[in-house]
Amino acid sequence: MILQPAILALLTSSLLTSLMLLYAGWYGVLIIRKWDLASGSDLQLNLEKRTYLISVILGYTLAFQIFSLFLYIFTADSIHSQFVGAMCAAGSLNVNRYGYPTLLLKIANCLLAGVWLIINFADNRGYDYPLIRVKYSLLMVLAPLVVLEALLQFGYFSGLHADVITSCCGSLFSVGKRSVGADLAGLPAIPMEWLFFGIMAATLASGAFFCLKARGGYFFSAASLLTFFIAAASLVSFICLYVYELPTHHCPFCILQKEYGYVGYALYATLLGGGIAGLGVGALMPFRNIASLVQAIPSIQRRLTWLSMLFYLLFTIMVASKMLFTSFRL
Amino acid sequence: MKLAINRHRNIIDFALSSLLRRKIKNVSLLVVYTLIIFVLASLIFFVQALKREASLILRNAPDMVVQRLVAGRHDLIPANYEQKISSIRGVQDVVPRLWGYYFDPAIGANYTVMVPRDKMVQADNIIIGSGVARVRKASVRDLIAFQAYDKTPLLLMIQQILPYESELVAADLILMSEPDFQSMFNLPKGYATDLAVTVANPRELVTVATKIAEQLPDTRPILKSEILRTYASVFDWRGGMMIVILSAAILAFIIFAWDKATGLSAEERKEIGILKSIGWETSDVLFLKFWEGIVISLSAFLCGVILAYGHVFFFSATIFEHALKGWSVLYPQFRLVPVIDAFQLTVLFALSVLPYTVATIVPAWLAASADPDAAMRS
Amino acid sequence: MIELIQVSKCFNAGKSNQFTAVDNVTLEIGQGVVTVLKGPSGSGKTTLLTLIGCMARPSSGRIRLNGIGASFFPKISSEGGFDIASLPERFLTEIRRDTFGFIFQQFNLIKGITALENIMLPAYPTGRGHTLFRKRALELLAMFNISRHETSRIEWLSGGELQRVAIARALINDPAVIVADEPTAHLDSKLSREFMDIIGSLKTAGKTILIASHDPIVYDSHLADQVIEMRDGRITGAGLVP
Repeated sequence: MILQPAILALLTSSLLTSLMLLYAGWYGVLIIRKWDLASGSDLQLNLEKRTYLISVILGYTLAFQIFSLFLYIFTADSIHSQFVGAMCAAGSLNVNRYGYPTLLLKIANCLLAGVWLIINFADNRGYDYPLIRVKYSLLMVLAPLVVLEALLQFGYFSGLHADVITSCCGSLFSVGKRSVGADLAGLPAIPMEWLFFGIMAATLASGAFFCLKARGGYFFSAASLLTFFIAAASLVSFICLYVYELPTHHCPFCILQKEYGYVGYALYATLLGGGIAGLGVGALMPFRNIASLVQAIPSIQRRLTWLSMLFYLLFTIMVASKMLFTSFRL
Repeated sequence: MKLAINRHRNIIDFALSSLLRRKIKNVSLLVVYTLIIFVLASLIFFVQALKREASLILRNAPDMVVQRLVAGRHDLIPANYEQKISSIRGVQDVVPRLWGYYFDPAIGANYTVMVPRDKMVQADNIIIGSGVARVRKASVRDLIAFQAYDKTPLLLMIQQILPYESELVAADLILMSEPDFQSMFNLPKGYATDLAVTVANPRELVTVATKIAEQLPDTRPILKSEILRTYASVFDWRGGMMIVILSAAILAFIIFAWDKATGLSAEERKEIGILKSIGWETSDVLFLKFWEGIVISLSAFLCGVILAYGHVFFFSATIFEHALKGWSVLYPQFRLVPVIDAFQLTVLFALSVLPYTVATIVPAWLAASADPDAAMRS
Repeated sequence: MIELIQVSKCFNAGKSNQFTAVDNVTLEIGQGVVTVLKGPSGSGKTTLLTLIGCMARPSSGRIRLNGIGASFFPKISSEGGFDIASLPERFLTEIRRDTFGFIFQQFNLIKGITALENIMLPAYPTGRGHTLFRKRALELLAMFNISRHETSRIEWLSGGELQRVAIARALINDPAVIVADEPTAHLDSKLSREFMDIIGSLKTAGKTILIASHDPIVYDSHLADQVIEMRDGRITGAGLVP
């Protein structure tokens, strides 16, 4: 293992998050089994107090997850020089088979933690904790995923040994090689552009429709999730090309570097924000008829929809301005 | 939205006043916290600065150096390899280098002796680095007596001392003319220590190196990037080792912080009880504790980072340098160039503030969950 | 109007030191009425106060609030009221903050901060603007003639002044109900009578008042509309004072 401070920091942070979630999950089981709001017993009062702790833990978990997602990419980038052929984070992550799965799981956990917090927010607006069991069932899914992510991350870092020859992004993301990265880059740029702008327009339109007419919530949520994936694929397929002004550089991690004005952060932050908010809308849809939430959920959903649209709009504006204002043309 | 902002503003207000009311406890926590961050930050900054210095040193080094290996050990390289390598496509220039190590028993230091290509050193003269001048307390026109390969004395006069600015690359350097070099080391004719190879297109380096290794199987081409990688590895490893050792200190700090957070004085408990009884809800008290924690963490972080910056870049990390640099008699004295970036600060944050925050979650919650009617019943 | 229906509160249920503080109490508190809970210590007065004042949840029974608005019950008509027995803490606290003002036996003011800040504290979590409730706090200080102590630390005030700060604090959110637990326990007769005068003016202002006391100055006062006697957690005598 490469014993670097950054790697130790990542392992520590994942360990802490896993421990916190296991602790929360333990009480989550108790809550799912024993929760009874009508009873004024000591157990019930204690469980109610415990929910505060778990909310705090989840709040911190989301913050830590986002933090560690970016730190992970940065660490991978900082160690790329230790591997022959690795030009940036994309190469480092490809050194062993745990690199990319860890990254994907980190992103998934960010989304899940965000959705949990949205459900929690809605639950707190209801005077009878209407979504308590839903929340904690979701926690039962999230906790093992976070632990799995910590294990994969450990597997990745402990399997790193300097000087290993790896395929760098040049060959990883260039057409002709058979691997995930190559397939993404292999998606032809012009059709992807159409697809990207198309799905974005559909999402924004359905979002506006949902806000005004209060119908089509599921559609909007599904569209926003699809947008998330397509936008991510577009980053590799054509967006990066405009940022780097090179027709062959498809790596989605180099846009986080100083040379490109750290534009990668803005792109990823808006993408994540839009994804989480959009997913939240869909997650709340099944519950909008519960008596105690009848007023609260529609207004929360409206706010989330606006937020999601705003984030995606910002993303699109950044992409479009890159496409219009650089002299690079595909 | 406005309600939420106002609520937070009011709570932050109270959090600040609350911190100031318990100065002794909070100052002691702040001091220990700052100390931990100071130590970690010094470490991280220092390692980063050393890595950067290494890459600076090697900036002017040749892209590729070709050495000859005999029985796995570095041996002299025949000068006629030069033509074979020059004929490889893509090679711009091949320069045989003459250099070696000289051990000075009087001082116990190793000097690097070299015949420069870009300077002319007069016969019987040497140009020495400032480090050599320092340990031998020598100045221009002094004579230094060396021992040649056959133990006969070799007297050489100092023609020039290299400027202080070159300290990093040339501290232990002695430049001499080729005849003097031969007198000292007696290299066989037609041999050099190694060959410095320049390649026209840096992207071709690996290809050229592969070809050299194929055509001249007893050679080992070493790329500058590989050297950089090795240095980075070593410094990283040392930095990491130090952190692993320091993890005991970090753990102690976490336990200390946890203890401070759990061990609320009777006064503090009473205060929270009062707050809950007059209408503060658990989440209000949790936010209170959260903001208190943020204020302390950010203050400690800022102080620790500033102190560490001063320590590393003005005092050259006197506390750590031996553990991290390794030992040697002849050290270049150089001021580290301040280099801090967001990445390092993030790593620092993850190693200090994160564990502190996690340690205080449960105690804060325990305090905040006090029953509102407890104040009535006391 | 506050209605308690067969309310019980039991501590340490199931353990060896199980203790029933309030046992099957049914009670009605009318609007604008001054009610006094009378009884020896340990009779459950304080616990009953905490239940009525939305400070604790009953182990069993129902508690209904009528005519008291809450932001999350828009559809409930004011006649039916709503049951607060199983409300989550955050809703209970929201109701309590805006509806009830508490005066504690030991005053329970926070040391180390000024009288003004103490008075303002219950308003902090409401999300109202600082300037707004500061203004109200200053008005309250003036109302009780302690304006000169605006920037004084609590430690420097006399017993009577502390009492008035405590009452001012209870009034900061303009609550409909004032709850006082043994308010005159640490006061001499003169201050106790002054306290009852203040209660009188609050009653004239239309507030509902609930006092737990074993002090004759309180329960024998002409202001008390209803005196409820308690013993061992049960009501042993409830009478409207003519």
